[in-house]
Amino acid sequence: MGHSSSAHGENYINCEKGLWSWLTTVDHKRIGLMYMITVMFFFFVGGVMALLLRLELFAPNTVQGVGQVLKNGDVYNQVLTYHGAIMVFMVIVPGIPAILGNFFLPIHLGAKDVAFPKINLASWYCFMFGAALAIATFFTHKIDTGWTFYTPYSIRTGTSTVLMVLGAFVMGMSSVLTGLNFIVTVHKLRAPGMTMHRMPLFVWALYSTAILQMLATPVLAITLLLLAAEKLFGVGIFDPALGGDPVLFQHFFWFYSHPAVYIMILPAMGVVSELIAAFSRKVIFGYTAIAYSSLGIAAVSFFVWGHHMFVSGQSATAGIIFSFITMLVGVPTAIKMFNWVATIYKGSVSFDSPMLFALGFLFLFAIGGVTGIMLAVLPIDVHFHDTYFVVAHFHYVMVGGTLMALMGGFYYWFPKMFGKMFSETLARLSFVFIFIGFNVTFFPQFILGAMGMPRRYFDYIPNYEALNKISTVGSWLILTGFLIGLYAIVQGIRKGEKAPMNPWGAKTLEWQTSSPPPHFNFDVEPVVTAGPYEYR
Amino acid sequence: MMWFNFAKAQSFMPTQGTEIAKQVDNLYGFLLITSFIACVLVIGGMIYFVLKYKRKSDNDKTAYISHNTALEFLWSFIPLVIFLAVFAWGWYIYHGMRTMPKDALEINVLGKQWAWEIEYKNGFKAVNEVVVPVNTDVKLLLTSQDVIHSFFVPSFRIKQDAVPGRYTALWFRAEKLGEFHVFCAEYCGTSHSGMIGKLRVVTREEFDKYMEEGQEEGQLPIAKRGEKLFALKACASCHSVDSPAVKVGPSLFQVFGHEVVLEDGSKVTADENYIRESILQPNAKVVKGFPHGVMPTFQGQINENELNALVEYVKSLK
Ligand code: HEM
Ligand SMILES: [Cu+2]
Repeated sequence: MGHSSSAHGENYINCEKGLWSWLTTVDHKRIGLMYMITVMFFFFVGGVMALLLRLELFAPNTVQGVGQVLKNGDVYNQVLTYHGAIMVFMVIVPGIPAILGNFFLPIHLGAKDVAFPKINLASWYCFMFGAALAIATFFTHKIDTGWTFYTPYSIRTGTSTVLMVLGAFVMGMSSVLTGLNFIVTVHKLRAPGMTMHRMPLFVWALYSTAILQMLATPVLAITLLLLAAEKLFGVGIFDPALGGDPVLFQHFFWFYSHPAVYIMILPAMGVVSELIAAFSRKVIFGYTAIAYSSLGIAAVSFFVWGHHMFVSGQSATAGIIFSFITMLVGVPTAIKMFNWVATIYKGSVSFDSPMLFALGFLFLFAIGGVTGIMLAVLPIDVHFHDTYFVVAHFHYVMVGGTLMALMGGFYYWFPKMFGKMFSETLARLSFVFIFIGFNVTFFPQFILGAMGMPRRYFDYIPNYEALNKISTVGSWLILTGFLIGLYAIVQGIRKGEKAPMNPWGAKTLEWQTSSPPPHFNFDVEPVVTAGPYEYR
Repeated sequence: MMWFNFAKAQSFMPTQGTEIAKQVDNLYGFLLITSFIACVLVIGGMIYFVLKYKRKSDNDKTAYISHNTALEFLWSFIPLVIFLAVFAWGWYIYHGMRTMPKDALEINVLGKQWAWEIEYKNGFKAVNEVVVPVNTDVKLLLTSQDVIHSFFVPSFRIKQDAVPGRYTALWFRAEKLGEFHVFCAEYCGTSHSGMIGKLRVVTREEFDKYMEEGQEEGQLPIAKRGEKLFALKACASCHSVDSPAVKVGPSLFQVFGHEVVLEDGSKVTADENYIRESILQPNAKVVKGFPHGVMPTFQGQINENELNALVEYVKSLK
């Protein structure tokens, strides 16, 4: 250290004080923390809903007892819808880019801030406003459409679809603004010597994600507006009773939502690349392959949406083409997995908690990936579609993948963000509970799906009881894991030891400034002379 | 294809009711084995490496391996070949699933919230029960009266959405006698999970008899006709009749002649007129503890004869 301002202990947290200074800040780091608090809050709400759903499914409705916490099918469907919509639109999609991306993308590039700091703040307000609209539905007519808003159900149900959809629309706007900011920042604000090929893979991943956010989100926006127009003014677009086509909605929706699954996973892949390299102290294997496969995935992901619609009534030919293209996106995903494992080879591996989460990611994402391929095989999907198999698949990739990476990244950068260390023991304990609990909860759901249990079921036939029970018990393990994690975080922030500049011995730029960083990130603008993983 | 049975795909899958189900399970077995091997390689490799290259000291020297073209080519090419192979295999089976046989026995299926209405070519209607002859090609012509539903028979490995405003179709050739579950697989609201039907595979003779009986329905005793209607109009999906268990609406078991507490706390005795009103104007008197507006009105949808039959049936639930 020994630089001017940070030597006096001044950093981005203490340079200004008071709530107002946070609400009006344009510092990307503070905005990242604001996102962190909001996303954690939504995660808590969505999580409570998930626990309720699992409790209800503890036993079929003919059996009295714990399995009867929700009054009737309507209540179950509402809880299910809020759980899905909150977790997707308010946790998994914004999670990594808005928290870790906001905080570290500029620092990774050696920049002082993002290209448009005020727009960055605006995007947070946009997000909050959208979230408020969505949550307002909770106090009017709770929605019950599922997070996919399929027509004509969403048009006919007497619930506040329009308000919810507007909320999702506004949150989408926030996602577009963040994407825009990241793209311009990457192109315009790299420090001297920071060529594109010296950027950390996390930045590459955010860059590809940003492109997806900018191109795909408007499609969702238009779709949702059409839905609102139909519901408010009776314009016939999706409802056959008005001369519309309900399957058209599914095309529009998945045209956004498939790229969106990559909006959810690419940033996680970026985080994992950083973690594996840092905790193996080794140059990443196949930097170029990983960087460009992100872009490749982003491009191809626009052409596979139909794999969500194999039994929707779309033509058999369309189904065959979509199945084929989906196989092609599978390849770059597989390549990344091999690259990470190869990076560990001949490294110097430590088992610090962030690395545990990264290894957990590899484990769970492998399972999520192979089951994705199964679902892409036409006749297999005919059986599995809309069963618990799909539910298990997407939880393996979204929770086992994205959330694991978010947690790992969070612990990895925690010392930098707060200038404190957390309790390593607690963090590991939290990992163990989450990892085991996750598998106990979701693995049985693959089997349930194979046995034919459809998803979004308030009740089920007795054959499915045993596996559902196991799954519910697993959800309590996950809960325990997250509670321990929360405690580790709060305790770390309050009384953790002071963190050194570079606790893990990593090579990217954020570790060359003080912990926490000064207001403008670096006291002296860094000059970059080598790649991000030069462990020699 | 015997060796795929190692994967014991069937042990987690429902019974195989058709030839297609066997084909699907073989492919699934293959996928399970290859996926398992892939996971063992990736996860096993990961675990092996992290243990073998565990950090010994803070000054460990690590290798500097930035890439390896031959290796990268291999691990791109091999997955690609496997993916394309399973794609092609899948295509082959899917082609069989989607090619409708000529001269199949056609049955119309109408999805509605929350029941399946079945109509045979001779005009006979049934609810939540499809009866088909064994070893015969059967084609179901699906549509929906309200929102999207999906006709799913796990034992046959088939599923097809029933979409309002258009027809979709699926076919099967049942090879096993017996009863199989029919689930609704597309979320359709309140009683989505209660929209369960059965598919009964019977011998040709039984099927013909069933069709004949169906036509004689007109001569049934009045309460029996009510019972049929009760199923047909999907009353049964919300009201239980043989126990006080609550489904979506109140149970009708032993309701007739007894006192009912309404939402405003007042009490009425369930007589013929009360039952009639409850069918035609369900919101006029709502039983305590149940939400308004859930039950659709049947005003104008059933005639006096049918109404009589229904009332008679409710009276018979003792
Ligand atoms: C190897 C990569 C993957 C392949 C081949 C794949 C394939 C598929 C297929 C074919 C489906 C449709 C299943 C059905 O509805 O019947 C599906 C569903 C889904 N996948 Fe994946 N997937 C992959 C990775 C991912 C990733 C990375 C994510 C997100 C992080 C993801 C999230 C989802 C979600 C959310 C659904 C279900 C959406 C819903 O119906 O509610 N998938 N996947
Ligand atoms: Cu997809």
